[in-house]
Amino acid sequence: MCLGIPGQLRQISESNEHLARVDVSGVTRIINIGLLEDEDLKPGDWVLIHVGFAMSKIDEEEAALALASLQLMGQAYDDELEAFWSSAIASERST
Amino acid sequence: MRFVDEYRDPTAARALVAQITELAGDEHFKFMEVCGGHTHTIYRHGIEHVLPDSVELVHGPGCPVCVIPMGRVDDAIAVAEVPGVIFTSFGDMMRVPGSNGNLLQAKAEGADVRFVYSPLDALKIALENPDRAVVFFAVGFETTAPSTALTLLQAKAKGVKNFTVFSNHVTIVPPLRAILESPDLRLNGFLGPGHVSTVVGQRPYRFVPAEYGLPLVTAGFEPLDILHAISMLLQQISEGRCEVENQYSRVVREEGNPRALAILAEVFELRPHFEWRGLGFISQSGLALRPEFAAFDAERRYEIPGVRVADPKACQCGEVLKGVIKPWECKVFGTACTPETPIGTCMVSSEGACAAYYNFGRMHREAAVTLGRRSTVRT
Repeated sequence: MCLGIPGQLRQISESNEHLARVDVSGVTRIINIGLLEDEDLKPGDWVLIHVGFAMSKIDEEEAALALASLQLMGQAYDDELEAFWSSAIASERST
Repeated sequence: MRFVDEYRDPTAARALVAQITELAGDEHFKFMEVCGGHTHTIYRHGIEHVLPDSVELVHGPGCPVCVIPMGRVDDAIAVAEVPGVIFTSFGDMMRVPGSNGNLLQAKAEGADVRFVYSPLDALKIALENPDRAVVFFAVGFETTAPSTALTLLQAKAKGVKNFTVFSNHVTIVPPLRAILESPDLRLNGFLGPGHVSTVVGQRPYRFVPAEYGLPLVTAGFEPLDILHAISMLLQQISEGRCEVENQYSRVVREEGNPRALAILAEVFELRPHFEWRGLGFISQSGLALRPEFAAFDAERRYEIPGVRVADPKACQCGEVLKGVIKPWECKVFGTACTPETPIGTCMVSSEGACAAYYNFGRMHREAAVTLGRRSTVRT
């Protein structure tokens, strides 16, 4: 739950500006970006995702670091990713 | 992996350790890392073993799963057992022991307990099951609380009638103050939390130098981040400075995330007091739903037993959470209490000090004990 997963923005939903399609470790899912409303997010930007919400905008370097740290966590990261994939909101279509 | 190598560079690490050793000199320094993520990094990378004896790290209360008292787990189970309720929770909370079992056991006994990744998943379950009452077990510091808040705003906007939140959200500053007021612990400074600070920023920590005369450096999660932050703390002390500094400026901003803070303030208000595992009642430390969200408040909709349950006698999570003892100094560590059969919360979450120590630190300690014994035999 406390783990932040780095994801790269692919597309912001046209019907709901709070939803965006992100790439997490090669798979695309939908997350909520409402908490970064003031950040002027664009496709290509990296964000740190907590419980389905983008919590902070990060750069590519930080994303690589976060990902490497998570991979070192082993089981805890696997569990978090599995939870992320199984998330009902994540599988929603963005448009 | 070019970025990663920079932050795991052994030469840079050695240089930082040398700097730390020199700055610490002959004195002894005790720093607390507040965040469970830091505790994990420290054990995962064996940072305690590269630091000089003059610098000691103590592990703070920054793991939201670890600080939930048993009575609140009992309350959660009582709500989960109400007929017709679908009780949703993060996976981390499912195995946290109450006084009479955990949520997984309640599920095995027939309660409809479902594990969700996000509060939005819980809301979706509510929308798909209009004839059932869906409750979300909300835990976490300011890192997760804005997500719950935004979910509640959505639920209100959609006029959802069958969704409530059992809020156990807590804030980071009051426990820091409680620790600073604790007579059994003498600290020289703090490694400030990383992800929480992306939301709250740096300002809330200013009372630490202003009122208690201690430095605080917000740190990132890489091994070199931790070492760098320790050297920044020592640098401040050696120069006679005492400030809030930000080592993790590549992610944390001075002002935090104003949008997230505004949403938090819109949905939540501070409880007069809230019980923390091991730390007791801390005033103004828990977040309850504002009266405007009463219809979404599980504590108003359901009868909550609210019985205060003392921690098991053998369990010393409280002392571990305050940094008074090391995880392995607890009487039941690694014997009666393991990640498979946790007695205390610190052994449940992967970010709990006991679980981190059990998974990564234990081997080093055993090796140290064995080596110590051998050298005794030899002399």
